[in-house]
Amino acid sequence: MEQRTKVNAETGKQDYIITRVFDLPVELLFRAHVEPELLQQWMGTTVLKWESKKHGSYQLETKDPQGKVVFRANGAIHEFVPNKKIIRTFEMENAPAGVQLEVYEFEKVSDDTSRLNMHVIFESGEKRDQVLQYGLVQGVNWAHNRLQEVLNNLK
Amino acid sequence: MNLRRDVFQAIADPTRRAILLLVASQTMTAGAIAANFDTARPTVSKHLQILIECELLNQEQNGREIYYHINASGMKEVADFIEPFRKMWDDRFNKLEDVMKKYKPKK
Repeated sequence: MEQRTKVNAETGKQDYIITRVFDLPVELLFRAHVEPELLQQWMGTTVLKWESKKHGSYQLETKDPQGKVVFRANGAIHEFVPNKKIIRTFEMENAPAGVQLEVYEFEKVSDDTSRLNMHVIFESGEKRDQVLQYGLVQGVNWAHNRLQEVLNNLK
Repeated sequence: MNLRRDVFQAIADPTRRAILLLVASQTMTAGAIAANFDTARPTVSKHLQILIECELLNQEQNGREIYYHINASGMKEVADFIEPFRKMWDDRFNKLEDVMKKYKPKK
């Protein structure tokens, strides 16, 4: 079966591209990226600040069940074209990856399907590789969190 | 973890990537590999040595010739590196789709 989410990260380069086709009209795919209450649901993070417009900025935060901040990120929006394109920066606080430039392109495939192209550019290839490796760490952490949730429910 | 970093340094070089692509399709001697490049033969040998040290290539003595072939498990380690990251986004986007399907207009 063909993978719906594809990652293209060429060795030695300082960017990666993620593409994904959604079973959603492009308008809904776009809304999921710009409405804080929707974003919070699928990203699993809290939106502290959100200005969906050119020159706007945003701030995200995730706390663990004990209330300790485990993730905080922020960025500025450089281009905002509804249902088509967003260019923004993204910076995870207290992380070595630095500032990333993110280009999101939203494309209509049919009335009910759409495609997202996400191009993420880093300051260096090393910084990009750190983020790619983050997937390994994150995957493990999430598995632990899920296990913890299941265990809590058994209590 | 040290080994893993070396593997990525190894494939960061375009000549070494080209060597891997060549050898991926067939087992070759150092001479046959070098014939594909303008680079001096000792330089190609050095690249081959690095690829062997990083366990991306294996060498096999066959009579007077040494043949190079790809080490599939070493190459798989490189591919696996991206997979957890891809999976993380795939999970996230599946969630997005589930959340947004509730907002689809009823037909």
